[in-house]
This record gives sequence, C-alpha cells and structure tokens, in this order.
Amino acid sequence: MFKDSRLILGTGGATSLASLEAAIVASGTDLVTVALRRVDAAGPGLLPMLSRLGVRLLPNTAGCYTAADAVKTARMAREAFETDLLKLEVIGDDRTLLPDGLELLRAAETLVADGFTVLPYTSDDPVLATRLAGVGCAAVMPAGSPIGSGLGISNPHHIRLIRQAVDVPVVLDAGIGTASDAALAMELGCDAVLVASAVTRAADPARMATAMRHAVQAGMLAASAGRIPRRFHALASTADEGAAQW
Amino acid sequence: MRLTVNGASREIPEDCRVADLVATLTEARRGVAVAVNGEVVPRSAWAAAGLRDGDRVEVLTAAQGG
Repeated sequence: MFKDSRLILGTGGATSLASLEAAIVASGTDLVTVALRRVDAAGPGLLPMLSRLGVRLLPNTAGCYTAADAVKTARMAREAFETDLLKLEVIGDDRTLLPDGLELLRAAETLVADGFTVLPYTSDDPVLATRLAGVGCAAVMPAGSPIGSGLGISNPHHIRLIRQAVDVPVVLDAGIGTASDAALAMELGCDAVLVASAVTRAADPARMATAMRHAVQAGMLAASAGRIPRRFHALASTADEGAAQW
Repeated sequence: MRLTVNGASREIPEDCRVADLVATLTEARRGVAVAVNGEVVPRSAWAAAGLRDGDRVEVLTAAQGG
C-alpha cells in the first residue's frame, strides 16, 4: 500500500505548487493526499502537477464533522479521482481537530461496505483503532498529536499498543514536527508515516522532505535491528582486560 | 430556472444539462465530481442529466489538503 518510501505526503499548507512539487520529489513518496473543494475555490494546476509526477492520490474527507458528510465527500472523491483509496477524517472538535470516534466508526463501516479502501485518521486510542480494523479498515492512522501542532508523538505507549492490537498497517498521521518524530514512529512499529505541515510549512520544504525520507528509512531499519535494552547504569563497551597498569 | 451552484444562486436556461453547467465552471473533466441535491452524478451521465428549478449542485475538484 505504501511502497518503498513508507511515507505519505499531505499536500496541505504548501505556499506554492512549485514548493509542493519540490517537496514531493524530495520525499520519494508515491502517495499524496488531496482534499475535495468547490471548483471555484480550488486553485488550478494541482492535479496536472501530481499526474506529471506519477504519484497516486489519497483523497481525504477533511472538513467533515459527521459520518453522513464524510460518506458523501468520499463518494464524490471516488468519482473525481477514480480511486477507492480514502483517508477518512471525521473531525469532532474544531480547536484540536481530533476525530469524532463514533462518527468515524459509522462512516468507516458504511464506506467499507461500499467498496472503499478506508484509511481512517483516528486518535491514539487502541480500543477505537481495534474497532476500526474490526469493521474492515485497510489500515489505521492514529494521530501522534493534533494536526499541524508539530508536537510529535505525545503518547508513544499508545502507538505501540495500537501496533500490537491490530493486524492491519499502522500509519502515524498528524502531529509530526521534525524528522526524529518520523523515525520514532517507525521505531514504535508503525508501517508508514503521513506528514503534511511538518514538510509543507517548514522554511525549506524540500530539505525537510528529504529529512523525512531518511528518517522513515532510519526508523524502519532501527525497528528491525534489535536495539539494545535500556539500562539504569553504564555497560562498558571497552574490555578491562589488557589495560595498562600505571 | 434558478439553481444553487456551489453555494451561489444562479439563473440558467431550462434545457441546461449537468455537462453544460460544469463547462461554465471549469474546463477540466478529469478530477471533477458533481452532486445534485447530495447525490453523485457519474461523469458518464453528465451529458444526459437534466436539472430542475431549485436544485442544489456541488461541483468539486482537487485542492491541497492533508
């Protein structure tokens, strides 16, 4: 689903199409999110650029506050972009942009039955993630912290619990501020990372996209490399044997 | 007849089809979706689909968003 880069790039927040394009290329991703908006409000040029780069589209339901709205938006997205892939967002609070778990689960159930490949943006609640996987979501995408906050992963333990609780891929979505957050997500066992603001709103988006690409790869390698246990005291890495006596 | 198109009231000819209305808003065909009164109108039906006085039409496309 995520191919080699294990990185999904959100296109929101970019100051220009040129900087967005540079960031997409630098990130190495082949999957980018798009929103659906009225034609008179959406600027031109986004789809032709994405099509030129050959990246796949992951439409979202950003801005939806009810299951009914999200289902309608999803059906429009499938018609517009000819893909069953869907980042399902049902927001429950406009200050934190955290998801409304009940509406999210309802929408997910309907859309899975409707043939969508549903990737829900969810909270870091392992129980809700389990329920979402249970109704047939293709992945779960817990927030590390609120969208656009750059606060990183506020509850790493919950991300690990989600990883253990579900059999579907886990994508860390939302809250990433810098490369170390993305690496941590992968070290916690996530299968991929979705970043938007951290890249698009960075002073140098292409440079941050490059950092994210390396961070995801580094975290993925570290996760499978068998890290050393944490110790309370030191464990010398140099043998005492053969040391000179003065 | 009078419709609401993307939230704005518009006067359009009686024989206007969905495809005609879309053409007044955007040149693009790919990446555009239309709903009339909340129901998706598949692209294959645009040419034939008529509109009625009071219809609420949404014509949507891709925008930047995470």
